[in-house]
Amino acid sequence: MIPELGHFSLILALLLALTQSILPLAGAARNIPSWIAVARPAARAQFLFVAIAFGCLAYSFLVNDFSVLNVAQHSFSRLPAVYRFTATWGSHEGSLLLWTFILALWTMAVTLFSRHLPDDMVARVIGVMGLVSCGFLLFMLTTSNPFLRLLPAAMDGSDLNPMLQDPGMVAHPPILYMGYVGFSVAFAFAIAALISGKLDASWARWSRPWTTAAWVFMTLGIMMGSWWAYYELGWGGWWFWDPTENASLMPWLVGTALIHSLAVTEKRGSFKAWTVFLAIAAFSLSLLGTFLVRSGVLSSVHAFATDPARGLFILGFLAVVIGGSLLLFALRASQVGLGGRFALVSRESFLMVNNILLLTATGSVLLGTLYPLFLDALGLGKISVGAPYFNTVFVPLITPLLFLVGVGPLARWKQANVPELAARLKWGLAASVVVALLLPLTLGAWKPMVSLGYLLALWIVVTVAVSVQGRLRAGAGWSANFYGMNFAHLGVAVTVIGVTMVSAYETERNVRMNEGDTITLQDYTFLFKGTTNLDGPNYKAARGTLEVSRNGQPVTTLYPEKRTYTASGMPFTESAINYGFTRDLYTALGEPLDGGAWSVRLFHKPFVVWIWMGAVLMALGGLLAITDRRYRTASRRKGTEE
Amino acid sequence: MKTRHKKLLLVAVALLGLGAVAALVLNAFRSNLVFFLSPTQVVKGEAPRDRAFRVGGLVEKGSLSREADGVTAHFRVTDTAQTLSVTYKGVLPDLFKEGKGVVAEGRLNGGVFFAEQVLAKHDENYMPPEAARALEQAQKAQKTLVAPQGKQ
Repeated sequence: MIPELGHFSLILALLLALTQSILPLAGAARNIPSWIAVARPAARAQFLFVAIAFGCLAYSFLVNDFSVLNVAQHSFSRLPAVYRFTATWGSHEGSLLLWTFILALWTMAVTLFSRHLPDDMVARVIGVMGLVSCGFLLFMLTTSNPFLRLLPAAMDGSDLNPMLQDPGMVAHPPILYMGYVGFSVAFAFAIAALISGKLDASWARWSRPWTTAAWVFMTLGIMMGSWWAYYELGWGGWWFWDPTENASLMPWLVGTALIHSLAVTEKRGSFKAWTVFLAIAAFSLSLLGTFLVRSGVLSSVHAFATDPARGLFILGFLAVVIGGSLLLFALRASQVGLGGRFALVSRESFLMVNNILLLTATGSVLLGTLYPLFLDALGLGKISVGAPYFNTVFVPLITPLLFLVGVGPLARWKQANVPELAARLKWGLAASVVVALLLPLTLGAWKPMVSLGYLLALWIVVTVAVSVQGRLRAGAGWSANFYGMNFAHLGVAVTVIGVTMVSAYETERNVRMNEGDTITLQDYTFLFKGTTNLDGPNYKAARGTLEVSRNGQPVTTLYPEKRTYTASGMPFTESAINYGFTRDLYTALGEPLDGGAWSVRLFHKPFVVWIWMGAVLMALGGLLAITDRRYRTASRRKGTEE
Repeated sequence: MKTRHKKLLLVAVALLGLGAVAALVLNAFRSNLVFFLSPTQVVKGEAPRDRAFRVGGLVEKGSLSREADGVTAHFRVTDTAQTLSVTYKGVLPDLFKEGKGVVAEGRLNGGVFFAEQVLAKHDENYMPPEAARALEQAQKAQKTLVAPQGKQ
């Protein structure tokens, strides 16, 4: 009964989404207020029914209704309740329903926080988001119905993939989706601007908080994915340039370019067409990411679907959305108008270079991710593009970008005062260079990449300090936007330090350990005390005990496990990590060997948490920037030129 | 400098920059492509000598052995037509099992494949698409033979 209710709700949601799109868009085009007014109520009603559908699926999982095919394939009676809930989105169909639910959520938010926008613009924005909802609802109802029945019902489920039975997996997909889907708002604003032909500074001011919010979620989502991969996959890596990781990195890179481009459009009215293009690109990459992950063409940790009909649908949907929006852009971009002029050296030009670098990086990642697929599709062989390619290309592009992160915020709009910049920054630059060159020597061998990493990070810190000091000295008041920006940039510096330290100085040992054996890694001693067997709710485990000490003083005891999950019989490594501000001690059991011995994997990872801490700081900075008062003016003017 | 000349200079610099980046990217790309081969192709001698490549198939049943140090493993990978000996120093992934699909990346040295990476990171019913294809092709090739050519 409940699954059928959910199914029916999805159908109703589709009808409402159609109403939400067709009437407001037509009404805005023909200036029919009653049709325009349908936008908000239709969106809210759609949200209600998608929420009901989501609730029905979650309910089926929580009560172990194995007559629902999805539940039978992805859950298990002895699965802890929280994981039964997260199993709702642990499958292809379920994650699509989550996507649609989050889209409805964002649309709902737009209906609530758009009082100050002109009605025709709101109608267009909600209408475009409605069209995207239609696509996803149709996709679900035709190829990926989460409510299909399994009759007769299964006795028990096949269990959720053990990799997903983890607190990180509770949070990572919803947060990441908030980001992916959030770019649809920026996209909708861009399409609305193209359709209406009106794109001014107030358009930028309206879209900015929405775009930054999506970016904040995206940053957190990627950070969680990286951290989860680190502790769950058992290899101690935090980024593999895996196609699905790339699928989330690309919209993030373009999203970063977008929030910076929006700043220029709002402040100076320049880059208008470019900003619109970026909004289309960011969301297109979100959709492309969906296609890459859902169609089974990738061999990756995340690959779900194997049904060609699904791949075909998404391909068609992508063609319509991306092709359509680019066509609209080509036809209407010229009407958007040019903005203020700026000098060769100015904040605008620095931001332009910022955008170019980010987009080049995106392009290279896209090439490396899609090239194997193209070759395979053309039958020209199966190849893979590994981490060395991405690292070789990404690092030289990010380096000048990081330099600009420092100098950009200090440059003036329209025309930077180069002598003044040089005067303000020369001591900072000198200090950064000196410290960066000397620091690696204190850590061991001098490595050029370490110096480079530190130089860039210190440069950012120094320039933020100069910038803040300058502002305080000038007596300017509080600005959420200014401090948010600087805080986020500091986050970038923190991440850079984390990446530099871990890449250069991490150490690993794979050894056979008998009970009573010790091994030393850096100045930490690990004593293996054998394993004991224990039973979990839905698994059996061999739990190892490793006593860690340093200079004779006990530090901690770690309990890595090797689990075998009951339902699937799958073996699984549960690593044990001792987190630290300056280093992580990472242990994992390998395989049982003869005589009670085990092969054990041990890592010493310096500063690795800084990578994720930096990402959190970036997100917090973005969040702070959104609270700026300029976005909360309750004016309903149709927009003013600045 | 006249504005017009300034603009031309800008365009020239931009194109040069773009060209440099493109060269960098394509160069990095070409030198980091990793080809995938089946054991049959490796045995036939199609494997590149100067770079790492991937080989995939099934882990031959009964072929897994470990040395006394506990971390060096030997096994054979097969596509049912030919087998290739693989040596790997490290902890094997959880889903690595005899009779299941595997993909290894490394280099060939004297007829033995020295793996730097062994991949098997999905559920136990999953087989990497490349490995599946290799098996499929090998089985197809066997069916088209008129008489058995003497399998190894």
